[in-house]
Amino acid sequence: MSVMTYREALNLALREEMRRDPRVFLLGEEIGVYDGAYKVTQGLLKEFGERRVMDTPICESGFTGVAIGAAMLGLRPVVEMMTFNFAILALDQIVNSAAKMSYMSGGQFNVPIVVRGPGGPAHQLAAQHSQSMESYFYHVPGLKVVRPSTPEDAKGLLKSAIRDENPVIFIESETLYGIKGEVPDDADFTIPLGRAKIRREGTDVTVIAYMGMMYRALETAEALAQEGISCEIVDPRTLRPMDIETLIGSVRKTHRAVVVEAGAGFAGMGSEIVAFITENAFDDLDAPVERVTGANAPMPYAKNLEQAKTPSKEKIIAAIRRVCYA
Amino acid sequence: MAQAKAITVAPKVDAELARRLLSQMVLIRRFEEKAAEMYALGKIGGFLHLYIGEEAVAVGATAALRPDDYAISSYREHGHCLAKGSDPRRIMAELFGRRDGLSKGRGGSMHLFDKSKNFLGGHAIVGAHLPLAAGAAFAVKYQGGDQVVVCYFGDGAVPQGEFHESLNLAALWKLPVIYLCENNRYAMGTAIHRALAQTEIWRYAETYGIAGEAVDGMDVLAVREVVGRAVERGRRGQGPSLIEARTYRFRGHSMRDPSAAIYRTKEEVEREKQRDPIALFRGRCLKDGVLTEGEVKTIEKDINDLVDEAVAFADASPEPPLEWLTTDIFKE
Ligand SMILES: Cc1ncc(C[n+]2csc(CCOP(=O)(O)OP(=O)(O)O)c2C)c(N)n1
Ligand SMILES: [Mg+2]
Repeated sequence: MSVMTYREALNLALREEMRRDPRVFLLGEEIGVYDGAYKVTQGLLKEFGERRVMDTPICESGFTGVAIGAAMLGLRPVVEMMTFNFAILALDQIVNSAAKMSYMSGGQFNVPIVVRGPGGPAHQLAAQHSQSMESYFYHVPGLKVVRPSTPEDAKGLLKSAIRDENPVIFIESETLYGIKGEVPDDADFTIPLGRAKIRREGTDVTVIAYMGMMYRALETAEALAQEGISCEIVDPRTLRPMDIETLIGSVRKTHRAVVVEAGAGFAGMGSEIVAFITENAFDDLDAPVERVTGANAPMPYAKNLEQAKTPSKEKIIAAIRRVCYA
Repeated sequence: MAQAKAITVAPKVDAELARRLLSQMVLIRRFEEKAAEMYALGKIGGFLHLYIGEEAVAVGATAALRPDDYAISSYREHGHCLAKGSDPRRIMAELFGRRDGLSKGRGGSMHLFDKSKNFLGGHAIVGAHLPLAAGAAFAVKYQGGDQVVVCYFGDGAVPQGEFHESLNLAALWKLPVIYLCENNRYAMGTAIHRALAQTEIWRYAETYGIAGEAVDGMDVLAVREVVGRAVERGRRGQGPSLIEARTYRFRGHSMRDPSAAIYRTKEEVEREKQRDPIALFRGRCLKDGVLTEGEVKTIEKDINDLVDEAVAFADASPEPPLEWLTTDIFKE
C-alpha cells in the first residue's frame, strides 16, 4: 500500500496499463506537452513518447471518432475529455458509434475504449463547466459508466475499464483530484466494474451516494451517530452496470433508504435507484425512500448560489431524520 | 498539391480485369434492382438507399485495393460491401432481417458489416464515419501495417464538421486514408449549390495541404486509376487523399422518394442516364474487342442467377431468435 492522491492513482493506472499492453494509447487535448489540464497524464509523454500519448487539436467529435475507429481494429484507446462537459460534442460518436457498434454489427466489431475526465460540481466554474454528466450516458445500452470516489477506486476501476472489451465512460471529479488515500501497489490490482462498496456499516438507514456526495454523506453519518442514528453508506462506484444486489441487500437490512446525488433530480440517478428499491424491496421498507438531489437549475457562479445548488449536509440530515421518523 | 485532372485516356484492360469489373458492376445493379422488388413485396423494411448509377465508384475503387485493405461507408453501402467481396446471399439476408444476415439481422440495409472482408460497416449518421476511417488508418499506422482505408461518403457530409475535423486530423497525422466523396449532386433533395459554398469538393484538399483529385465517377477505369494513385501515396506514408468522384444516382434518395422529381427535372435524370457507367464500360469493352457479346451475355446471366440465389437464401433463412434482442450489446 502507498498513500497517494486520486490524481496520482489515475496516473499510475494509466502508466501500468500502458506498460502492460502495447495496444493501450492515450489521446486528448493538452495531455502530452502540457502534461494534462489537470495533470492526470503528467510524465506519460516522457515515458511513452508521442506515438502513445497523442495531443489532439480541439475537435472532440473528431478525436473520439478516431479512437473508436482505432478500437475497431483492436487498439485500446483512452480518450481524455479535458472536462466531461466537452463530451457533449462527442455524444454522437459515443452513443451512435461506440455504444451500438457491437450490437449492430452482429458482434463482429467491439469498441474497447475508455472516455475519461472530470465532471460534476467543481469550484465556481459556472454553468458550462460544471454539471453532472453521467445521466447523458447511463441511459444508453452498450455503455458502462464509472464514478470512482477514492484513490483506490480510481486506480482499480480505471485499470478494469481499460481492460474491458466495451466502451467505458469514466467520470472523475476536479474536487477529488487532490484527496489522498491508500492504494495497493500491485500492478495486477483491479476492481471489477459493477461492484458497489459499503463505505460505512450501519443499521438504521441506507444512504446511497458517490463522489463528493459520498463524502458529505459520511460526514452526515458521523453527526447523526451522536444522536444514535446509525447510517450505512453505500457507494455504487459503477452506475452501469449497477450492483443492485448490494444496494438492495443493505436496504433489506436497514429498511430505510436515502439517495443523494449532485445532479438535478429529474430522471436522475436517484430516480432509477428508487425504482430499483421499490421493485425489489418494497415489502422491506419501513418508510418511503427519499431523494436529496441538486437543484433543478444550471450551475451558478456566485459562491453562495453554487453551494445552494448541491445537496447540503443539512438537507441530507433532514431527509435521514424523515425516513427514520426521528 | 491538389489538382483536378481530367482523365481522358485510361489504360487498356485485359479480358480478365474487364470481366471482373463488369461482373461486379452488374452484380451491384442487379442486386439493387432485386432489392427494390423485394421492398415492394414488403420483404425489406425501413430505409433502403439504392446505389444504382454509382456502381463505377465502388468497383473502380475496390479494384485498386488489396483484399486486406479496409473500407467503410455510409448507409448507401450495398455496392461497397458487394465490391469488397461479401457474400450477396448474406447481404440480402441482412436486408430481409434474417438470422444469416451479415449483422445477424440486427443491422439492416444501413448497417452491413463484414469483418472477414475488412469492411468496417455502413454508418447512418451523415459524417460520423469519417473520423472512424481516420481511426482505422491510425490503427494501421500504429501497428506498422501498410494497408489503406477507403472511406466512401456523400456530398451531404461535406458541410458537416466531422468532414473537416477528419481531414485535418488525417493530414496532421499523415494517416493512410482515402476520403472518396461520391458527389451525386444531391443530399436527399438539396442540390450541392444550396449546401456548399465551394461545390468543387476536391478543392477542400488544398485547405488541408493534402492531395485532391476529381474524377469522372461514371468511368470505372478512371476511378481505379485515381484511387490507385491515392493508395500508393497512402502505402508510402504520404498521408491521406481526398477524391471527388462525380456521379449520379438514377433512383430516388430512398424507396420513400420514388419519383425523385420535386428537386430535379426528368430531363436532367434522363440526360445523366445516358452516361450509365455499366453501359459505358460494356460498350467500350465490346468496341475494343476485350469482351465479346457472348461473354457479356454469360456474365449477365450468371449474375442474374447469383442474385436469384441470394433471394432464395434470404427467404429460407429463419428470423433471428428472440434471445438475440439482448445479445452482443457487450462483449464479455
Ligand atoms: C447527421 C444526420 N443528419 C441528417 C440525416 C438524414 N439524412 C440521411 S441521408 C441524408 C442526405 C445525405 O446525402 P449525401 O451525403 O449526399 O449522400 P447520398 O444520399 O447522396 O448518397 C440526410 C440528410 C442523417 N442521417 N444524419
Ligand atoms: Mg449525395
